[in-house]
Amino acid sequence: MTTTITLTDGATEDAPVPAEKRDDSTPLLEIKDLKISFTTATGTVDAVRGVDLTVYPGQSVAIVGESGSGKSTTAHAIIDLLPGTGKVTGGSISFGGRELVGLKRRQVEDLRGREIGLVPQDPMSNLNPVWRIGTQIDEALVANGFQGSKAERTARVAELLGEAGLPDAARRARQFPHEFSGGMRQRALIAIGLASRPKLLIADEPTSALDVTVQKKILDHLEGLTADLGTAVLFITHDLGLAAERAEHLVVMYKGKVVESGPALQILKDPQHEYTKRLVSSAPSLASRRIQSAHERGQEAEDLLAEHADETATQAPDVVVAKDLTKVFHIRGSRPGTHTDFTAVDGIDFTLPKGRTLALVGESGSGKSTAANMVLGLLEPTSGTVQFDGKDVGKMSAKEQFALRRRVQPVFQNPYGSLDPTYSIFRSIEEPLVLHKVGDRRSREARVRELLDMVSLPQATMRRFPNELSGGQRQRIAIARALALKPEVLVLDEAVSALDVLVQAQILTLLNDLQAELGLSFLFITHDLAVVRQIADLVAVMKDGSIVEHATTDEVFDNPQQEYTQDLLAAIPGASLEIGG
Amino acid sequence: MPDNRYENTSRPGQEHFVAPPEDVRVGVVDAVDTSEAPSSLWGDAWRDMRHRPLFWASAALIVLVILMATIPSLFTSTSPTECHLESSLAGPAAGHIFGFDKQGCDIYARAIYGARASVTVGVLSTVFVVVVGTIIGSIAGYFGGWLDTLLSRFTDIFFAVPFVLAAIVIMSLLQNRNALVVAIVLATFGWTSIARITRGAVLGVKNNEFITAAKALGMGRLAILAKHVLPNAAAPIIVYATVALGTFIVAEATLSFLGIGLPTSTVSWGGDLDKAQVSIRVAPEIMIYPATALALTVLSFIMMGDVVRDALDPKARKR
Amino acid sequence: MLWYIGRRLLQVIPVFLGATLLLYGLVFLRPGDPVAALGGERGLSPAAEIAIREAYHLDQPFIVQYLYFLKGVFTFDMGVTFTGRPVVEVIAQAFPVTFQLAIMAIVIETVFGIGFGLWAGVRKGKLFDSTVLLWSLLLISLPTFVIGFVLQAVVGVQLGWLPITAGRDPDFISLLMPAIVLATTSFAYILRLTRTSVVENITADFVRTARAKGLGRGKIMTRHVLRNSLIPVVTFIGIDLGNLMAGSIVTEGIFNVNGVGGTLYQAITRGENVTVVSLATVLVVVYIVANLIVDILYAVLDPRIRYA
Repeated sequence: MTTTITLTDGATEDAPVPAEKRDDSTPLLEIKDLKISFTTATGTVDAVRGVDLTVYPGQSVAIVGESGSGKSTTAHAIIDLLPGTGKVTGGSISFGGRELVGLKRRQVEDLRGREIGLVPQDPMSNLNPVWRIGTQIDEALVANGFQGSKAERTARVAELLGEAGLPDAARRARQFPHEFSGGMRQRALIAIGLASRPKLLIADEPTSALDVTVQKKILDHLEGLTADLGTAVLFITHDLGLAAERAEHLVVMYKGKVVESGPALQILKDPQHEYTKRLVSSAPSLASRRIQSAHERGQEAEDLLAEHADETATQAPDVVVAKDLTKVFHIRGSRPGTHTDFTAVDGIDFTLPKGRTLALVGESGSGKSTAANMVLGLLEPTSGTVQFDGKDVGKMSAKEQFALRRRVQPVFQNPYGSLDPTYSIFRSIEEPLVLHKVGDRRSREARVRELLDMVSLPQATMRRFPNELSGGQRQRIAIARALALKPEVLVLDEAVSALDVLVQAQILTLLNDLQAELGLSFLFITHDLAVVRQIADLVAVMKDGSIVEHATTDEVFDNPQQEYTQDLLAAIPGASLEIGG
Repeated sequence: MPDNRYENTSRPGQEHFVAPPEDVRVGVVDAVDTSEAPSSLWGDAWRDMRHRPLFWASAALIVLVILMATIPSLFTSTSPTECHLESSLAGPAAGHIFGFDKQGCDIYARAIYGARASVTVGVLSTVFVVVVGTIIGSIAGYFGGWLDTLLSRFTDIFFAVPFVLAAIVIMSLLQNRNALVVAIVLATFGWTSIARITRGAVLGVKNNEFITAAKALGMGRLAILAKHVLPNAAAPIIVYATVALGTFIVAEATLSFLGIGLPTSTVSWGGDLDKAQVSIRVAPEIMIYPATALALTVLSFIMMGDVVRDALDPKARKR
Repeated sequence: MLWYIGRRLLQVIPVFLGATLLLYGLVFLRPGDPVAALGGERGLSPAAEIAIREAYHLDQPFIVQYLYFLKGVFTFDMGVTFTGRPVVEVIAQAFPVTFQLAIMAIVIETVFGIGFGLWAGVRKGKLFDSTVLLWSLLLISLPTFVIGFVLQAVVGVQLGWLPITAGRDPDFISLLMPAIVLATTSFAYILRLTRTSVVENITADFVRTARAKGLGRGKIMTRHVLRNSLIPVVTFIGIDLGNLMAGSIVTEGIFNVNGVGGTLYQAITRGENVTVVSLATVLVVVYIVANLIVDILYAVLDPRIRYA
């Protein structure tokens, strides 16, 4: 995918030009003291509790907040798209001087698409699977009074898709959503959102489901497009770095309220509210340093740490060594007899020194998780070896392999899928001990309590079930379970990727403390380079099954050798922002 | 808002604003809520069902039907097979509140005693299909590959013969009929749906990360199937089994009604309906009692399945 | 698309062979000697017995007999009924009636099932919804023959609105009541299924996107909610044809319709095994073909399947 429009570099220091040029002294959108409640079986829940927000024509504004902050609810209320029992219970939303709260259904329908467009969050579920892409854009044209013949509409649809950065648009318009990649779908959704040239575009986490490089391309494109059209954009995002990079004005929400709002850079550089401060300090994209363990924090030896990492990386004995590791999958084609070989991992070498963290970084499809599964012994390598403490895992007897399981344990990405919902927390953590016949009932219970302490959860948690815990808490339990057998290596497969920023920072700190305390080695699989800087000593960048760059974290961040690594680094939201400290 | 909170660096409405700290208190990040009692999947479902009148209505009916089937003498002291032709089609009398059928048997007693045949056939067939369907479905779904292809095609073959139709054909060929035979015949072609449901549920569970975690612990494949996969796939199986029980009772009644189900010597609702058909023009009310008993029994099981499914619906669960 | 149809056709072959083998095997394995039974109490002369055994290939191994049976099915030679009429002739005469009845029933159950289901789904949690749901459970619980008798007694006998039985050469009006009876249970299932998918689709992300585009409510309901809800409903109708067939045996029996089901009903009550198995085989073949059509229809409705 190549973008056809010249890209701005995305820095917010110089705000988008059209906004400055036009006479825009009156706000386009003015939200005052907005209150929204949901009715549930147990009573009403106030999701939004008095929000003020102003957007001027052609301007870009971002609402930043964690899940449950009410940011999406606020945005959906503007065009009356509140789900289920949601209702505006107070305040006003004025758009171009017109009050939107309490409009009739038909009036809102006229407004949607024509005046206010929406680019929704998840590109996978937001297109109807049974209609062609072109048809779904055409619908938007017809609904908003596009005058023209069928042929003219078809031409316009192709034009819109092309404008959204989709090459070969006329042919693409005849395809179905399942034939599109995530990035292409997101472009189609942008085409729909801008089809009728709205004055305001609500972009609800428009790229959070995409790879960072794709995300950057699409956001750059969107920025250029809306600047050309003079469209105001209201971003909804959880990513402070992205918000600051893409918007001139920020509104930080927490538990249904605005805690701080103002010029983007001012908020980032000099946050005033306690919550904003926390958010700024936790945002991985803005952090520039590796997290220190509790022990090191006491020592206050920042420079020492960097050196220390460099030295030990070469000196510490290697606990895991992968040599020429390759995995080929046979993929059956749609027609009988056709099948292709897909090389997921293509002869990679890496070493994990004892007590250190090696990050395997790559975008989706780079083969990083396949590599992790081979280290875990869940997949048989097609060729190449994994050595553990100098012994080839492939040549071990079944008994030795079973014993090895105790020494390498995984923590996975999805906090909702990583614990058996029918098991109590106690049973989940105890299971590895039972399976490997460690201790008796009593000592096992003591161990579970100890592990819960280790991951900073109250011991009473062990009587609970996974569905009662938050994502971060489940991830702590998954870590406790992985630690039950006192392993030497943890394979962390996107272990913090699904978590909110603050919780993510907490878990990273916990992992770091555990590493220092127990001498653990981490193989850290992630797509997020920003997180890598916070936790890893060594980085191996993967692309299309191969390792393109393998060096210490500081080397990779300060002086990336490969173009791909440079692209990845540039794509980190907020990377272009200069923030002192 | 107090003016001193704004710095006049921006346009009206976009001044730097900071909420007063007492306005929004920033809590501890990610605290564990220990106020409520622990709730497991089934515990939650139970809590949900407790508040539904439909649950209690169907539970009460099921208990009643099971009592009728096991200890019919609790409900009547009249024998269902003690018939006097002289009271043929006679109306209600003392001790015979629903009157008599064509053979002069007590309708009320026959309606009570008929429960046993229906419940026996229903429960037996359901047990059979759950055992067979779960085994075949979980093996196909869990092991995949050629085993899945083979078992799925095998299931397709049995699925291609509508089970009531198959039962009608087989039963019309058999001489020795009893509850066990009827149950086996119904189950022979009735297990396919449950196999498909199990396979689907197992496929949905088996790629979860807790399964991978168990593999990484070195747990054996069969142990994972038994300890993690099946317990998580159980909910749709149980729901379907409840509904299937109702369906089997209807099927048994249909067979008996066609005269190829249980032998006429066995008291059954289907058989009584068959007999009542003869006198439908003169005494249609005879039909009402076995039909009502049958419909209420089936309704209670189907309604229970419905309530349980709603209670186990993951979307309705918190978080 | 062609690949998909081709693959489905290939898959049908083993299913067809397996299903017919299963049915035929069951008849073969039944207790008692069919030939000896023919002779009744007096018994057949040994010569006659051998002649019959040869004529019906009963002296051959099971699998050969099965192949002769298959050949019979394909060459429309399926033996004769007790009254001496060829089974094929009986089927040819009965089939159009059953076909008409089945089409009427399918139209009734889908039109009303989808209509009520859509309305209940839109009004989820309201009085209409819960009333309709409870009634549908009740309908599912009632065996077809009970519904048949009740309608016969009330609409036919008491009110006299519709004819009680269909008889020979039935017209639309006389088939209406049997069609309604036949449709009842499936109507309830389709209603519930439609409601479930409508409730699911109405909160789907793509429906919200469609609303955000500025689409009117009517278009959203038809093009996005209803259109997507039809996919599982169509699949269900295919599977449900099996119930329709079993139901037609009872329904046609009660209303004295001279269709395949009615003939089967009479054959069962008279104990004509050969006719029963032949007719059942025909029904199974129809069922397999109908499901093939439904699968293709499913692919037309859902583009994701077409290219899979």
